[in-house]
Amino acid sequence: MAQVALRNIVKTFDKTPAVQGIDLDIADREFIVLVGPSGCGKSTTLRMIAGLEEATSGEIYIGDQLVNDVPPKDRDIAMVFQNYALYPHMTVFENMSFGLRLKKFPKAEIKERVQGAARILDITELLDRRPKQLSGGQRQRVAMGRAIVRNPKVFLFDEPLSNLDAKLRVQMRTEIKKIHQKVTTTTVYVTHDQVEAMTLADRVVIMNAGRIDQIGSPHEVYHSPKTQFVAGFIGSPTMNMLPCRLVENGSGLTVRLSDWLSLPVPPSRVARYRARVGKELTFGLRPEHIIEGRGDVPPGAAAFEAPLDVVEPMGMETMVYFIVDGVEVCGRVNPAAAGRVGESMRLVADLNQMHLIDPHTQMVI
Amino acid sequence: MTTAIADAGHTPGVRYGSISQGRRRTLYWSYFFLILFVIFFLTPPVYMFITSLKSSAEISAASNPWWVYNPTLSNYADLLTQKTYLIFFRNSAVVSLCVVTITMLISVLAAFSLARMKFWGSATLATGVFLAYLIPDTLVFIPLFKTFAFIHDKTGIELINHWWVLIILLPTLTVPFCTWIMIGYFASIPKELDEAALIDGAGYIQMLTKIFIPVALPGIIAAMIFCFTVSWANFLYGLAFTTSADQLTLPVGIVTTLIRGDVYAWGQIMTGALLGAAPPLIIYAFLMDYYIAGLTAGATKG
Repeated sequence: MAQVALRNIVKTFDKTPAVQGIDLDIADREFIVLVGPSGCGKSTTLRMIAGLEEATSGEIYIGDQLVNDVPPKDRDIAMVFQNYALYPHMTVFENMSFGLRLKKFPKAEIKERVQGAARILDITELLDRRPKQLSGGQRQRVAMGRAIVRNPKVFLFDEPLSNLDAKLRVQMRTEIKKIHQKVTTTTVYVTHDQVEAMTLADRVVIMNAGRIDQIGSPHEVYHSPKTQFVAGFIGSPTMNMLPCRLVENGSGLTVRLSDWLSLPVPPSRVARYRARVGKELTFGLRPEHIIEGRGDVPPGAAAFEAPLDVVEPMGMETMVYFIVDGVEVCGRVNPAAAGRVGESMRLVADLNQMHLIDPHTQMVI
Repeated sequence: MTTAIADAGHTPGVRYGSISQGRRRTLYWSYFFLILFVIFFLTPPVYMFITSLKSSAEISAASNPWWVYNPTLSNYADLLTQKTYLIFFRNSAVVSLCVVTITMLISVLAAFSLARMKFWGSATLATGVFLAYLIPDTLVFIPLFKTFAFIHDKTGIELINHWWVLIILLPTLTVPFCTWIMIGYFASIPKELDEAALIDGAGYIQMLTKIFIPVALPGIIAAMIFCFTVSWANFLYGLAFTTSADQLTLPVGIVTTLIRGDVYAWGQIMTGALLGAAPPLIIYAFLMDYYIAGLTAGATKG
């Protein structure tokens, strides 16, 4: 059990920067997910914590110890790899006990630990098999078992679910969450899947081009993104983003999206946005905040009519798309209320949930 | 399989598509070529075996060369009681086993470091190993001979005409090739496997002995077989570097002692060659095949 701290970590591969100055504090027993598109430096960061890559500059602490020059085996970490990396010539038991055997643990303790981990993971009956005789999900469990038996200070997961099919991935995701509740070890988990990030994490770290864009709870990064990248990356379908202009409208403000669509800024946000009047901005609103319009419009929301371009029934809800000045905008409506393609539909935008982004700094205002 | 197809072809009232027809034709052709292949490659040993059972008189008689009228084991008895032949055999066996051991020690370690430890010049070295393999032994035996003569002149150490000098010489042929195929084999082992081992607490030596060697065992065995065959069958170095009868290896010994002037002891030559070919044959046909099959079953990517 230990906290992990990264201080201004930089990593360059032959002059190509991969990680450009990262500061991160991970609390003891916390489940942290590093998420971002491929090439954002998340795996490199994880591998630096593991000691498989050397940081070009900066400091890495595990517990209170500076570990920059500590080899992986002495960092007291365990890692689960994307392709499991099980030793093919060893049985599951031998795979799981390999680290303990190298450290010359007494046989009885090895057996006890392996069986304990196998019980947690429900793989007791697989202990005599070879990796080749296991399914993808079982291999994944063994890989986790190998990490658990070591009882390390920190668990590191490098996209552990990417090689599984969609159904199994969801199942294993729940499994990992359950295991973390049982074995409360500090965990750093890397994924490019934002759903995994949201469901597993205590805190999500969103990385982009070698930098951290935002660190926060899943709720925070979803509802209060700090940058345009975070706003667009988290959430599916992605947040609608439209170029807009902020205009004054008596004592209030209006977001002008096109000739036919202008939306009033809720009074609570007016003070925050006042300084941006007249500027070119980007307007962001998630699809679930554009819903069907029925009866009264709640405060802070605005109703408008829009001709539907595409209608996608999903069962529980229906996605409706309409076009505003060439940009497709998505709304999430009740299937019963969805209109037909080509027809005009009355929609309500909940502007209490709106975001305005400065297109130059890419920061959310 | 063939009978099943033939039966299916004769079932009345059913028309068969071209798949079974095509399959049958493919089988016929493959058997045709396999038989041709077998005839081509097995005729010499069969001829050797037949001749080895004949007396000198019967060999020189103008009778059917493919038939033994008065089979005799005298050639075998003569050879196996002849001290020189047993010395050839011992020399060959010791040389080959030592060469295999030395080669494996060098090339497994070299291949592991070249495949996995990125150090300054490692890529160039790997290419160098391959280039070294491309140089034929016919090109290097004279320079090697000269070198040995030079060493003798300078230090007085006599390296020529000792059977054990082949233990030093033959690895020049086997090490580059074995290293090259081992580099390929080690490179095919996923990088995550050594990273996992590294995190599990293994050092480089443990990584090699506990992960790489077991996982790459089929490749190592293939390299060992190659290495054994090359040193067992090597003729040129033995011929060039050894001359006394008690220093010869089997291939050279048979030729130099069983051909006296223009007198060929055909019966004994055939018997000697046949017995000499036995060890690699046994290794190939039974031991190693079985071994590889048993190992590859659970030893590929996890």
